[in-house]
Amino acid sequence: MNSVFGYIGGHFIRFLQESGRITMLFGQTIVLIFRPPFDVREPLSQMEEIGVRSIPVVVITAAFTGMVLALQSFTGFRRFHAETLVGTVVALSVTRELGPVLTGLMVSGRVGSAMAAELGTMRVTEQIDALHTLATNPVKYLIVPRFLASLVMFPILVVFADIIGIMGGYFVSVKILGTNPTIYIRRTWDYLELNDIYSGLLKACVFGMIMATISCYQGFYTEGGAEGVGKATTRAVVLSSLLILISNYFITALLF
Amino acid sequence: MVEDTSVKIEVVDLHKSFSNNQVLRGVNLEVRNGESMVVIGGSGVGKSVLIKCIIGLLRPDSGSIRVDGQEVTSLNEKSLNEIRKKFGMLFQAGALFDSLSVWENVGFGLKHHTSLRDGEIKAIAVEKLGLVGLSHVEDLMPSELSGGMRKRVSLARAIAIEPEILLYDEPTTGLDPIMADVINELIVQMRKKLQVTSIAITHDMVSAYKIADRIAMLYEGKIIEVGTPQQNRDSRNAIVQQFIQGRAEGPIKVR
Repeated sequence: MNSVFGYIGGHFIRFLQESGRITMLFGQTIVLIFRPPFDVREPLSQMEEIGVRSIPVVVITAAFTGMVLALQSFTGFRRFHAETLVGTVVALSVTRELGPVLTGLMVSGRVGSAMAAELGTMRVTEQIDALHTLATNPVKYLIVPRFLASLVMFPILVVFADIIGIMGGYFVSVKILGTNPTIYIRRTWDYLELNDIYSGLLKACVFGMIMATISCYQGFYTEGGAEGVGKATTRAVVLSSLLILISNYFITALLF
Repeated sequence: MVEDTSVKIEVVDLHKSFSNNQVLRGVNLEVRNGESMVVIGGSGVGKSVLIKCIIGLLRPDSGSIRVDGQEVTSLNEKSLNEIRKKFGMLFQAGALFDSLSVWENVGFGLKHHTSLRDGEIKAIAVEKLGLVGLSHVEDLMPSELSGGMRKRVSLARAIAIEPEILLYDEPTTGLDPIMADVINELIVQMRKKLQVTSIAITHDMVSAYKIADRIAMLYEGKIIEVGTPQQNRDSRNAIVQQFIQGRAEGPIKVR
């Protein structure tokens, strides 16, 4: 009995410790963003890595999501003769929900793993110690640029996802299911509000911060050689994805 | 050589443990200005932990470390960075930044702590690379270098900001005997040319005798003997004798 409580308690304490350390790293990152020296080159190159190189993944994800949404909602709406509302459903689902969430998940898989692996390798090969000995703050040098780049690029990627997703829905409805294009576009514009898009972009900012903080944390505190780097990479992706899904619910509930 | 006996680094009663493993149990060590101190000891006795405490990468549990009379164990990160500018450190595997070219690695400290322009930094980097016997490597990436070259680039990076103190973490480990001697030779030269104080940790006795003014033996978390290489060879301490002769049998328990 004792060992059961010990087991649960131990895990709970470790969970609290970990949450505390992640929060502290997040706070430190925010403070260091506003402290000189300000470097432009490193955030820009991270933006290229996080943003530009993620475009193919985001485009394919969004296109097929929009397409399948059109197909599925058409099947349902046909049963009560509301086929023309497909455009509305696609636009609202993509901008409010699926654009930010799926982009967040896909980019976390692509970029979060790379961040954790890169920082983790730097940790186990003593490169992070070397930064300390060269009197450089590794959080400022390594994490701040990645954090800023994620914060900026996630919403931009979501804008891409929104446009491509709506285009995907249009393509399936108009070209395959034979919906009248004018009606489809009308139904899309009539019911779509700017707030739908803003809420999606706000989510994207939060997801970007979550992904960068979690992935950098996992990499930065890697222990135990190559195996440790592998574990850190896995944890970065799993934890970022879970936190994105959980925070997504609460943001939606707040903005409801 | 003029004897300068002022103390550069003073370690007093240093303790450090990791969870239940007591690594350092009261280390006392004095390193004089301009001296080359070599700390020897078996694998896992805490040699790395000792120098990482000195440069502030690890925080000791108790005890004191003074650099030029200034206590470093209680400093915050910002003041610690000021102290660190006095130091250069050569890491075991080089610890070069993979994403930067060789000259950017060497010039890293200059780029971040001086207002020099890239062209000037590169010129200094090339000069420092020359000091460690490397030429035409400045534009390569670290992944293109051999183990010995990596260590020399790392040494060039450590001396680029003209430190007063150099720390060497197992400078010859993992190198062939000839490359090891090249590195030893460089360490001796660094001391002559740059008049730096240095602490090297090693278990390579050839290297220790070549580069040391004094040798300190770390055993079971304490420095058990300090002396010149000659005194070290003539030591009557059975533990020291077993270590320097490399015998499996003796008072040192192999775990």
